[in-house]
Amino acid sequence: MTQDMQAALDVLCPMHLVLSETGHVIHAGPTVQKLRPDTPMQGRRFLEIFNLKRPRAISDMDELRAAAGVKLHLQMRDAPQTEVKGVLVPGPKDGQCIINLSFGISIVDAVSDYALTSADFAATDLAVEMLYLVEAKSAAMEASRKLNLRLQGAKIAAEEQAFTDTLTGLKNRRAMEHIMSRYAAWGTQFAIMQIDLDWFKAVNDTFGHAAGDHVLQTVARIMVDETRDSDTVVRIGGDEFVVLLPNAEDMNATQSIGSRIIKRLTQPIPFQGQDCRISASIGIGVFDPDLPDTVTDVLDNADVALYASKNAGRGRQTFYTPELRDTASNTEPETVSKSA
Amino acid sequence: MHGLINRAIQCFAVDTYGQEKWLDATKVADLDFVDFEAMLIYDDDLTPRILDALAQVMDRPRPELMEDLGTYLVSHPTVEALRRLLRFGGVNFVEFLHSLDDLPDRARLAVSDLNLPRIELREHGTGRFSLVCDCPIAGYGHVMMGILRTMADDYGTLAVLDHQGGGQGTEVISISLIETEFAEGRVFDLGARAG
Repeated sequence: MTQDMQAALDVLCPMHLVLSETGHVIHAGPTVQKLRPDTPMQGRRFLEIFNLKRPRAISDMDELRAAAGVKLHLQMRDAPQTEVKGVLVPGPKDGQCIINLSFGISIVDAVSDYALTSADFAATDLAVEMLYLVEAKSAAMEASRKLNLRLQGAKIAAEEQAFTDTLTGLKNRRAMEHIMSRYAAWGTQFAIMQIDLDWFKAVNDTFGHAAGDHVLQTVARIMVDETRDSDTVVRIGGDEFVVLLPNAEDMNATQSIGSRIIKRLTQPIPFQGQDCRISASIGIGVFDPDLPDTVTDVLDNADVALYASKNAGRGRQTFYTPELRDTASNTEPETVSKSA
Repeated sequence: MHGLINRAIQCFAVDTYGQEKWLDATKVADLDFVDFEAMLIYDDDLTPRILDALAQVMDRPRPELMEDLGTYLVSHPTVEALRRLLRFGGVNFVEFLHSLDDLPDRARLAVSDLNLPRIELREHGTGRFSLVCDCPIAGYGHVMMGILRTMADDYGTLAVLDHQGGGQGTEVISISLIETEFAEGRVFDLGARAG
């Protein structure tokens, strides 16, 4: 190759190599030589410097020459084992060939590994633009990521502070705990009415979630209708509700609220031409500031009473009495021994 | 106006004058928040309002303040990423000047909804240029002055800059290069990513 030609190639493709017929490097472009600044590539065998990863099964120069025009995937044999892309063309003399290399996607690591500068790339090479893009996009992505984190934090905080169940508009468990602890602090006597919907799962399974959601919203409206303004209706879970009734000295008043709720919930709820049939089981515990039972105890009492209602055939309400616990603990071992 | 621009103004104010002064400025500007989010879009009139408020709080003319903003953008460690991105524009100051024509496109490549004002470089003879900036916000030319002064320094070039005023939404800066290899300049390592 003429000197002029060589100089031209060094400018146009600073990552090219010229190989002899035997596969030895006759000339290495200025940038490719920067990959191994301490060991001149000239005079070494190309395939000893680079491992050909694709196309596979090329072990000698004849096979390599046959891969002219094909995209080559190469990797440097010793560390740092930078991967490069390449393409081979025959020439300039018979049996010789020119291989031009590019970093491809490994450009980001390569510029740091070899301390490359803009001057190491051909003026037409998009490598520097690519580095620009990588940095610009990383910076933009980082800014977006931070915004997302802040928004997510704000969302969690808002949810944690929320007192409302989004589906029904009723109060949620958080609100319930807040109100109960306020009642306890004030020394207010109040009843806790635990309400579980009966057969709700069947509605969901038969008519789908849209029907289930409609039923829950209807149930919520009925409960609000049938309670007093001073009472609080809470949805604490899927089909589980609680009504807090302050100043519930009059057991009969509480009982009649429970009865009205059950009566109305037993009526079919129409949804898209279908009748959704549910019912409700209720357990009632009463918090009395003069008694040792804490709010948590009373909540548990209401739960025990609720299970008594369920065991007795659902669609009914039970006031808590300590005897219910005896029944519960008496029946439990039986269930265990049956299933064992 | 893109949050990145408003956020840059906030970073400048906080890093240069302190959080207190920034909070004062947000009150004077009657913002109902104190932090701009870089990746949200804000009403266009907020940006001149906060700039006026800062000038008032700091008791400095707005053009001066905006030139300091430009200097800050390409010299402060907080916004080192920006200086690096600009340095990708060219290997010397003249190449950098020529790359400014592409600046709005480059910015859009990184953040698709970031619209920077158009800039046009005109060459009048060896080492003599003028830069015509679209100015959706009055004084944007002064921000460019600060950027150019600092970048010239960054490249080790000695340049004389002059704001020629403007009107009808454009401002003109004249640039005369005295010596292109006046000093060492700051190192630009392609591989060193700004943290």
